[in-house]
Amino acid sequence: MMSVLRPLDKLPSLNTATILLVGTEDALLQQLADSMLKEDCASELKVHLAKSLPLPSSVNRPRIDLIVFVVNLHSKYSLQNTEESLRHVDASFFLGKVCFLATGAGQESHCSIHRHTVVKLAHTYQSPLLYCDLEVEGFRATMAQRLVRVLQICAGHVPGVSALNLLSLLRSSEGPSLEDL
Amino acid sequence: MDSYDVPESTPSASSRPEDYFVGATPLQKRLESIRKHTSFIPTPPRRKVPQCSQLQEDVDPQKVAFLLHKQWTLYSLTPLYKFSYSNLKEYSRLLNAFIVAEKQKGLAVEVGEDFNIKVIFSTLLGMKGTQRDPEAFLVQILSKSQLPSENREGKVLWTGWFCCIFGDSLLETVSEDFTCLPLFLANGAESNTAIIGTWFQKTFDCYFSPLTINAFNLSWMAAMWTACKVDHYVATTEFLWSVPCSPQSLDISYAIHPEDAKALWDSIHKTPGEVTQEEVDLFMDCLYSHFHRHFKIHLSATRLVRVSTSVASAHTDGKIKILCHKYLIGVLAYLTELAVFQIE
Repeated sequence: MMSVLRPLDKLPSLNTATILLVGTEDALLQQLADSMLKEDCASELKVHLAKSLPLPSSVNRPRIDLIVFVVNLHSKYSLQNTEESLRHVDASFFLGKVCFLATGAGQESHCSIHRHTVVKLAHTYQSPLLYCDLEVEGFRATMAQRLVRVLQICAGHVPGVSALNLLSLLRSSEGPSLEDL
Repeated sequence: MDSYDVPESTPSASSRPEDYFVGATPLQKRLESIRKHTSFIPTPPRRKVPQCSQLQEDVDPQKVAFLLHKQWTLYSLTPLYKFSYSNLKEYSRLLNAFIVAEKQKGLAVEVGEDFNIKVIFSTLLGMKGTQRDPEAFLVQILSKSQLPSENREGKVLWTGWFCCIFGDSLLETVSEDFTCLPLFLANGAESNTAIIGTWFQKTFDCYFSPLTINAFNLSWMAAMWTACKVDHYVATTEFLWSVPCSPQSLDISYAIHPEDAKALWDSIHKTPGEVTQEEVDLFMDCLYSHFHRHFKIHLSATRLVRVSTSVASAHTDGKIKILCHKYLIGVLAYLTELAVFQIE
């Protein structure tokens, strides 16, 4: 299907790394995008935002190197939206080029999704799960930094490390004690 | 490769009270998986539908009637050090003196307040899940009337009670000197709750913290209480959601006829005697999609703050009102679980 996102269906642009943030929380995604663009980076960063997938095919966009699904633990709608969107991503993307970001864990009283649900989702898709309260500026800046590094690896700009290497590195150190920050 | 053998003590489908306790705590599961070098994949919780506990037959309905139809504010409490049930009279005396001293300090300033109060500690028999659970006890502040011609027993100003229903996971981890009563319920003036809390914290080296109930747990309560068989429905089933928007948040209230809610639940429910995460999610999703069809609003993007059924009603700020005597223990069991989770 033409609407499915594939990692290698386009040629890469020179020295460009593109990230796609998918989530229902427009304000948070925008803030995260701004934080990422503020980071010092040797590559040219492009941040695309989408509420859900599939993306409109009419737009001419560069090859996407990394997809981050942002799930708000306060909103079941956000989780359902993510689950719907995941159907439009090709399986080969899940070799290190997808990650999940759960926000809102800090406000336990507002959570309507159990943490286990997102852990299970990330596990099903064999992709890393990151936690970050995107509303908190300090946490968001740190997460932005982290995502920029991961993006550079996924775009192939870091010699010697590929997205798949990174994924297996993250997986082998993932013990019960680390999964639970 | 990782093996996906996660040890989980699944309950057998019997209605003995000892079997009520479902599964190991997250802490125990984690320790188990580290020991076995397996990857920890959390499994969705399953819970038993609250049945009438056998022990509840010991409870005199008249004696616990005062617990129903009252709004209680919930707190979780860490285990009490060197608390003794034989010293209740002593504690009454000490707490009485403490309260009078505190009020005379002017810390709780209420104009025209009568300082003639009496504090009573008493045990609540039968308010437990298994024999292992410690006895529940009750603290009441009564106003002592000054005129001898009036009733000797004055008006109840404040009530608080401590209980532990199926608190096995906590009981296993503490030593002999501690008494585990993780759930504390208070009704009355906040100033009194604060003073009494301070006395307990100083005397028994424990810690109170307000027990909030998040939307996830409220939807579990909604499903479990709708599943309960009630002879006649005293209240409509009602939900309240809070929509975060500026400048003021919007509240959405959704009321259903309780028989319709029960019918919906019955069509979803599969395993008798057990409630699973999928069933709870499906129940809530049915309500959300029905609402969306009519009003084009995604309730799943809002926050559930209040659930009200004929069995009980709960608010996210940690307020509960139990309406049905039959399921008193069941409701308290879930609250105890939340309290224990908060302590751990």
